[in-house]
Amino acid sequence: MGDTDAALRAEALERLLVEKGLIDPAHLDGIIEMFNTRVGPMNGARVVARAWRDPVFRQSLLHDGSSAIASYGFEGGQVDKLVVVENTPDVHNVVVCTLCSCYPWALLGLPPKWYKDPAYRSRIVREPRVVLREFGLAIAPQREIRVWDSSAEIRYMVLPMMPDRLRDADDATLLDAVSRDAMIGVQELT
Amino acid sequence: MLRIPDAGAAPPLRNGELDFEAPWQGRVFAMANALCEAGVFEWQEFQTALIRVIASSPVAEGQPYQYYNLFLAALESLLADKSVLRQQTIGQLVAELAAREHGHDH
Repeated sequence: MGDTDAALRAEALERLLVEKGLIDPAHLDGIIEMFNTRVGPMNGARVVARAWRDPVFRQSLLHDGSSAIASYGFEGGQVDKLVVVENTPDVHNVVVCTLCSCYPWALLGLPPKWYKDPAYRSRIVREPRVVLREFGLAIAPQREIRVWDSSAEIRYMVLPMMPDRLRDADDATLLDAVSRDAMIGVQELT
Repeated sequence: MLRIPDAGAAPPLRNGELDFEAPWQGRVFAMANALCEAGVFEWQEFQTALIRVIASSPVAEGQPYQYYNLFLAALESLLADKSVLRQQTIGQLVAELAAREHGHDH
């Protein structure tokens, strides 16, 4: 299906669903607007920065991610269960969805293209060290790599290690330091 | 080799990215979300349809991965399974819209 065909099919689908009273075009605009402006990795960064600062929050986040972030009221739902996995000097975590494109939208927004690409989906499981290397991330041989396969029921996010340089940083600096790729686990913060 | 087309690109939403390369992709994504909100299907049902379409679509070597084409196909197939819309009905309207684009309706 070419792009023009797909665009026509999408237009036809929208018209038919509107005719049936199942969707409202203005509401679709609102959903797109929400994902373009209010749902993104800045939300995940707030959670990570707080977990770095607040040991009690960190514990509850690692224990039950969904409950721990409930009070933020992030939009972009679809996450029944959020599991946050913590990087340590001994363990590096990385997230994938091998079957499709499951991703913690509310915290990270929509996934980057490479996350949905068949190459990433299959290779990160088979040869994580090699793939992370291609992202520019060298994981020491003695450090374990854990690959977490997302699903419609469980979405994962990585809690990166805080770089030492941020120990006394202010909130804005902390938030700025937390990258999307670090929360997927294909980057480490330095 | 893993392609990382967006590495280093100036990121909107603070290193998030605008996912939609064409407006129709955003419409299709929003439709799936709206239909789920409206209770037409559960998100898990959509996920299952998407997984099925992805698994049955061979990846063409050297071609860009057409994720939203698969997303659209999954949505159409789920709506057909749910007896909400027949794919032929969509096809008919597509033919009319295509004729319009070629100026036949003027």
